[in-house]
Amino acid sequence: MAEVTKLIHKYLRHDKKFPHVWCPGCGIGIMLGALIRAIDRIGYEKDEIVLVSGIGCSGRLPVYVDFNTLHTTHGRALTFATGVKLAKPSLKVIVIMGDGDAVAIGGNHFIHAARRNIDVKAIILNNSIYGMTGGQYSPTTPYGMRSSTTIYSNIEQAFKISELAVTAGAAFVGRGTVYHAKLLDSLMEKAILKQGFSVVEVIAHCHTQYGKQNRLGTAVEMMEWQRDNAVTVEKSATMKAEELQDKIVIGVLVDKELPVYQDEYDKIRERARGTAGK
Amino acid sequence: MSQSQRKKKSHQKELLLQGNEAVVEGALRAGCRFFAGYPITPATEISEILSIRLPQVDGTFIQMEDEIASLGAVIGASLAGVKSMTATSGPGFSLMQENLGFAIIAEVPCVIVNVMRGGPSTGLPTFPSQSDVMQARWGTHGDHPAIVLSASTVRECYDITIKAFNFSEKFRTPVVLLIDEVVAHMREKMVLSDGEEIEIFNRVKPTVPPEWYIPYEDTPSGIPAMADFGEGYRYHVTGLTHDIRGFPTSRSDEIGPFIARLHRKISQHFSEIQMAEFYETEDAEITIVAYGCVARSAKRAMIEAREKGLKVGLLTLVTIWPFMRSAVERVLQTSKILLVPEMNMGQISREVKRVNRGIAKVFTLNKVDGTIITPEEIMNQIVEVS
Repeated sequence: MAEVTKLIHKYLRHDKKFPHVWCPGCGIGIMLGALIRAIDRIGYEKDEIVLVSGIGCSGRLPVYVDFNTLHTTHGRALTFATGVKLAKPSLKVIVIMGDGDAVAIGGNHFIHAARRNIDVKAIILNNSIYGMTGGQYSPTTPYGMRSSTTIYSNIEQAFKISELAVTAGAAFVGRGTVYHAKLLDSLMEKAILKQGFSVVEVIAHCHTQYGKQNRLGTAVEMMEWQRDNAVTVEKSATMKAEELQDKIVIGVLVDKELPVYQDEYDKIRERARGTAGK
Repeated sequence: MSQSQRKKKSHQKELLLQGNEAVVEGALRAGCRFFAGYPITPATEISEILSIRLPQVDGTFIQMEDEIASLGAVIGASLAGVKSMTATSGPGFSLMQENLGFAIIAEVPCVIVNVMRGGPSTGLPTFPSQSDVMQARWGTHGDHPAIVLSASTVRECYDITIKAFNFSEKFRTPVVLLIDEVVAHMREKMVLSDGEEIEIFNRVKPTVPPEWYIPYEDTPSGIPAMADFGEGYRYHVTGLTHDIRGFPTSRSDEIGPFIARLHRKISQHFSEIQMAEFYETEDAEITIVAYGCVARSAKRAMIEAREKGLKVGLLTLVTIWPFMRSAVERVLQTSKILLVPEMNMGQISREVKRVNRGIAKVFTLNKVDGTIITPEEIMNQIVEVS
């Protein structure tokens, strides 16, 4: 408890912006805790961290944290982060997004940031719904589920965010849940330390909107669902595709060495200086 | 600059440049070191040349996935302390309206060049137009001030780009440079002197210790000091309406003063921001009010009219927004007729009429067929109305 109090005092704007906007039982706090613990373990200075977000419940996260914080437009967080990082590469740029942010309105920016291997960390809270606006279906709402804009049934197929990131070329992709708090801590640390574009998809519940509309129970019951339906990457390798249909594969999906954008651009600068004046 | 420096015999360079090339030279001279853009005719040369030049001076060029991303990256880079810009044309400018609003509310300096082409939609990619004048003023949602500049010569492209950066840094706001396809692609001689005295303004940074820093403080000038990310002043930047500390607010006693300050920081500096050129207006009975490439045709027509003994003057607007009311009022002292030729259906002429309030007769000359307004067309109208 003393440890938690220490972290709260060190990292949260505890005397300024609380109470927060999130519903009691929300998973965002668990994600925020994992992020802060990872940063504390790594030992980055608060001044060198830029925390960028988009719009939605997750978008409100940076305001509570004592870093350089940037709350951008919906879906565009990665574009702002790209500018910050390239303009001042010494800054550690971490981006917080929701599922709507990252793969609906910001889907294009997401795949291109991954493709370029910009040294930015994308933490995506995937709760399968637009929570803040009142529970409309998102690109990660599963087929057949109910939302305030799919009262009859969702007829669209859901994106798998981590798999999308892998395909788009991210250097590091990990998926966790807010139930598996220790795994989340380690995924955050690995992602932040990784050179290049890294993604942590955090499966979370929105009991207020998604849970209520689909009668999935309380926050605790929804977290128990995460516990019962998560399969580690290692175990998933031994399972058939049909068996994995409704499971959440958690762990490190990809961790590879790729040329990082700003290092490549440094080489361009060197070449350009060689041609200057010629 | 000291007197001795000012007197220094400068080395002169004579250049034959396109408007777009002059924009690049001006941007680099102003200290621009970050560009993010997306290819679009007729602005692409700005991207192409900066992709070569920026890495030579330790700057950064990046081609983003679209224009939304381009302006997002530009704002991010500016927050990190680097002078930044993007360049586009109508369709891309439409996409930028979202983040343009962000730069306004979060008070992030940046420059957006819009090389106007015919619209709406994909319109006329390779033809000139002046139809984005109102979009540059009101394209992004919400009540906001806007600084929009234009240029009618290649040299002006250079000078006004520097001005655009200076204004953006000084007033902590995005500045839009509206040029048209004619000025952008036209080649003209431009003389640059090494020793030329050019004012470069850099954003005012906080001098107080971080714990005293109030990032959106309501200062007398209306422009708070701006800290770069990573300098120890950890503050919050948001597109939400915020209090003086940058934190979101829904208190009406904070919202009202904030929006008022956004307007005041521009309106109380009108005299500095508003620029225009007056040609032969002292005794003019007819004054042409023009901007961009049309101002060139208008100048020719004015000279011909003077040769014919007609008392014609020309008011060339360099600052489009905030609309230069005082310049129009000045020509109204002598002129009984105002002529407003422009390559749209009448976007600036409405502003002229608003200021005129029936004092003079205002005639418009509108052309939206992708061709320029010629000196003859303006001359014909002068003859017709005089």
